[in-house]
Amino acid sequence: MHSLIETLINGLMLGALYAIFGLGLSLSLGVMRMINIAHGDLIVLGAYITSIAMAWSGFSALASLVFVLPTMFCIGVLLQWLLLNRVVGRDPLSSLLLTFGLSIVLQNLLLEFFTADTRSLPAGNIALAGIDLDGVSIGVLPLISTVAGLLLFAATHWFIAHSHFGRQVRAVSDDPATARLVGINERSFFPLMTGCVLAAIALASVLYAIRTPFSPSAGPERLLYSFEAVVLGGLGSVWGTFVGGLVIGVAQVFGARVSSGLGPFFGHLVFLIVLIARPQGLFGRVPR
Amino acid sequence: MLRTERLCAHYGLLQALFDVDFGVAPGETVALIGANGAGKSTLLRSIAGAVPAHRDTIKLDGMAIGGDPERRQLGRGIALVPEGRRLFPSLTVQENLLLAERNGRPGPWTVRRLFKELPVVESLRKRPATALSGGQQQLVAICRALATNPSYLLCDEISLGLSPIAVDEVYALLAKVRLEGIALVLVEQNVRRALSESTRYYCLLKGHVALEGMSNQADSAKVTQAYFGV
Repeated sequence: MHSLIETLINGLMLGALYAIFGLGLSLSLGVMRMINIAHGDLIVLGAYITSIAMAWSGFSALASLVFVLPTMFCIGVLLQWLLLNRVVGRDPLSSLLLTFGLSIVLQNLLLEFFTADTRSLPAGNIALAGIDLDGVSIGVLPLISTVAGLLLFAATHWFIAHSHFGRQVRAVSDDPATARLVGINERSFFPLMTGCVLAAIALASVLYAIRTPFSPSAGPERLLYSFEAVVLGGLGSVWGTFVGGLVIGVAQVFGARVSSGLGPFFGHLVFLIVLIARPQGLFGRVPR
Repeated sequence: MLRTERLCAHYGLLQALFDVDFGVAPGETVALIGANGAGKSTLLRSIAGAVPAHRDTIKLDGMAIGGDPERRQLGRGIALVPEGRRLFPSLTVQENLLLAERNGRPGPWTVRRLFKELPVVESLRKRPATALSGGQQQLVAICRALATNPSYLLCDEISLGLSPIAVDEVYALLAKVRLEGIALVLVEQNVRRALSESTRYYCLLKGHVALEGMSNQADSAKVTQAYFGV
């Protein structure tokens, strides 16, 4: 029984990371109407930048976030400003092609600079630290992931619901042409948004890289999990993405319990079953 | 004075406006009439910056402003109430207005004042913008444009699909707007109403100005001819 609860908790904690990956994708999809195929590779890029920052500063993985978050934010701003803004608002194919190309370029650059060897981020003592709750042991690191995920989602939700920025975001996602009529210049706030998205996925990326090794070609897999979280939760629902991530995480961890190689397979299986039952996702609205 | 000089507009390969000369003076109300597809919406949308235009073809007080994006035109005091209201469904009525107030010019038309002038709208402020009747939506759409404090308010298809009572409410609001010295351009299906609410009119036909004049001197036979092109 205890081991079942432990598996469930582990799954939820892994799922919180998938949820953060998904959040970034969900925002670019929902607001900018852009499918970012390079999302997974940017996640991997975040992990590599962290490994450089750790080697350079001697900080631990978590402490090096001080450098990594601003760096990724800047990369996001520049990426959107210089490149992605050119295809925003055009037909969906332009952004697909552009980000698909970006994904290939990123993968090959990473391969060039860091070789094909898999790496993982050493976490030090914190990786082994745990709390014992009535026989159920919970790692400190997964706990941090979950709390980070919850805080990030709560903050995003609050921001979108109550700030001027959030109102602009919703207006653009409803009706970009009319949003321009009330003076919204989406091209000026999209870079800011992509910056925030990249900072958020960098956080998740570091926590994920501590538990799962990464290589230059790991991006597409990360992208797939992000997509599953978003689609499972239902497009356009922030908390839906959170629940979607959790479901994928739990399914994977239970799958890995059955047989160590079957984790992702179980994730995909649950994803497909839910989609057959509810094509619009768990919290998605039926399109009008 | 806001005017267009030999304004042409295109949607892709299709030309929608041909050398249109149009003008509206501060505080004036001008009606824009014409059949479907005559280019009325295109004219308003070009002026508001939503349809590309050549720099010199649109002038505000003599300054060439054509082709600037919506945000710039809004900053110069040109606001458009789009056809079909187009409120943001994910935003409440109040949020729709706050968004416009924040992005527009500072001035007398604050959200607070709009609520005070229109208790109907205030009573709806917490509702999602789409959970309103057509007439209520039109009032909110006008308020949203007013919250940007325009000098020129361009209203596209202002009464389309509204009940007669709702139409009267809309015009009652526009009368208040006019008293503040805001210039109005009305695109209106109902030609008689359009002429009675305006001082001057333009009639568009297939992208050309077919007829223009003082509204109170409009000859209905000529207007009909210009309207249908027969």
